[in-house]
Amino acid sequence: MHLAATTAIAPADISALRQRAYRIRRHALRMGEVQGQGYVGQALGIADVLAVSYFRAMNLRADDPEWEERDRFLLSIGHYAIALYAALIEAGVISESEVENYGSDDSMLPMSGMAAYTPGMEITGGSLGHGLGIGVGMALGLKRKRSRSRIFNLLSDGELNEGSTWEAAASAAHWKLDNIIAIVDVNDQQADDKSSSVLGYEPIADKWTAFGWTALRVDGNDLSALVDAFDTAQGPADGKPRVIICDTLMGCGVPLLENRDKTHFIRVDEDEWRVALEQLDDTYANQPSAEGSDHP
Amino acid sequence: MSTKTRLKTSAMIASLAAEGQATTSAPFGHALVEAAAANNRIVGMTADLGKYTDLQVFAQAYPERYYQMGMAEQLLMSAGAGMAREGFIPFVTTYGVFASRRAYDFICLAIAEEKLNVKIVCALPGLTTGYGPSHQATEDMAIFRGMPNLTIVDPCDAVDIEQATHAMAAHDGPVYLRLLRGMVPRVLDRFPDYRFEIGRARRLMDGEDALIISSGLMTMRAIEAADALAERGIRVGVLHSPTIKPLDARTILDEIKRDPQRPVYVAENHSVIGGLGESVASLLMNSGVHPEFHQIGLPDEFLDAGALPTLHDRYGISTQAMVKTLASRISLTHAS
Repeated sequence: MHLAATTAIAPADISALRQRAYRIRRHALRMGEVQGQGYVGQALGIADVLAVSYFRAMNLRADDPEWEERDRFLLSIGHYAIALYAALIEAGVISESEVENYGSDDSMLPMSGMAAYTPGMEITGGSLGHGLGIGVGMALGLKRKRSRSRIFNLLSDGELNEGSTWEAAASAAHWKLDNIIAIVDVNDQQADDKSSSVLGYEPIADKWTAFGWTALRVDGNDLSALVDAFDTAQGPADGKPRVIICDTLMGCGVPLLENRDKTHFIRVDEDEWRVALEQLDDTYANQPSAEGSDHP
Repeated sequence: MSTKTRLKTSAMIASLAAEGQATTSAPFGHALVEAAAANNRIVGMTADLGKYTDLQVFAQAYPERYYQMGMAEQLLMSAGAGMAREGFIPFVTTYGVFASRRAYDFICLAIAEEKLNVKIVCALPGLTTGYGPSHQATEDMAIFRGMPNLTIVDPCDAVDIEQATHAMAAHDGPVYLRLLRGMVPRVLDRFPDYRFEIGRARRLMDGEDALIISSGLMTMRAIEAADALAERGIRVGVLHSPTIKPLDARTILDEIKRDPQRPVYVAENHSVIGGLGESVASLLMNSGVHPEFHQIGLPDEFLDAGALPTLHDRYGISTQAMVKTLASRISLTHAS
């Protein structure tokens, strides 16, 4: 990568992001508790990435989710909706009281993310391999409008199996779409098995680089590293799309889930939701400052 | 040695026009240029088939509004969705086979589920190339009819295509259009009152012996067949239904109920499964209207390669084949 980070990171900023990530995790666990299920493993893993996206990188107006000059966050991976809802609640786009309706009939928070249901949900995800292609079209449209808004697209390692993702990757580089920042969550887990067992994905960064992207790879649960990567990825226009590859730990912040055998849909028993919430609170209570590890 | 002209497999650019027939070159491309002059939100996008879908005409007029997306139909549809999300009206072009078979999921979820304003314009509908099943979109309407929110248009000729292009640009929502390209016959000029409207069928000819309900190029064939049959004293009505979905149920039912004794022939350049014929059949069943009913369409088969005139005869969708079908059945009815 050739982009240089533009802003120094203050410890106070990291501390504030840490609190955001904590509350995103908490909102997600609460939704899981309400429904008795949910993709909480993924949500806990991606919470730090969402904290940096929503509270450092992107331009948004909480009271006007369709503000024309906003940055657009495209959630390809519809099953991560629980995580994005948590971030949108934390950002004030969705009322926290909606947590109680997660996954219920007629809720604005269905289990898979759909544009028509939820403020701030830009696209309908779920059929993987759509988001980056839609992002290419939106990025071309934004350039036509001479807009400075940018496309953030959250993909997963499993989604890299889809050929359409690579059609879009080639196109973004061809059209010099430096207004796209793709984020790949690498938690090495997809529906059937570990992603590396289902269809080997490495070397990820080299693949994106070969397609003409600027690729950055970071520990996706290290806030300082994430801030550095996101600041770098927002560097000056150079005609290249950017991708931040984030290695994350499913269940991050909740030892019960961090240590459980990993599956696409991590089982949480009825009596474990309270335990999980308590463990999350303990994690953050025990490491209250930005002085120590950035890991939750 | 035979003196018979040897018919060759038609290449991609085979024209449907009969010798001496009036034609218009690239009616879609020229109409889109006109529409784009009046609406700067219109853009053109293609998957390496700009030349073969007449979008090239638009590309030459508005190079800065033209997007060559490469041979990547899944990307074409999702990027079209993205363009529409940003307020533009993308006309995206490829062949019907690629849109329906390869890009279905992207049209369904990225475009139709969100009612986005993407116009999908696809060449080589039904049997309009002799190249074989890889390029013959014989089941595209069957594939797309089950998709909610998608309007499906099967225009007859250059007049229909020009008017449909403007109508699509003005229509808010996704549309799939089965495009005839290149030198396209003009036949609807003969009916001065005719206007294409999305969702409307129109009576073109009246006749008491039979009613043909048709779409696409089969309306051309139906008109020719009706003319030929008139010379034999057989009067055939022609109802053109260029919108397959939403079907103009009221006009179709009114026309049939006007004379329920007339046998109904539904003619389409498509498989007999899942197209206009079955749309009309289910409409009639659901409405309790039961005329004598026949379908003229392509068989439920992967079709042969060859010259188009040969294949149209072989599969019963040439004018001569239609005349033969109708004349034999109607004279049988008259005799009985």
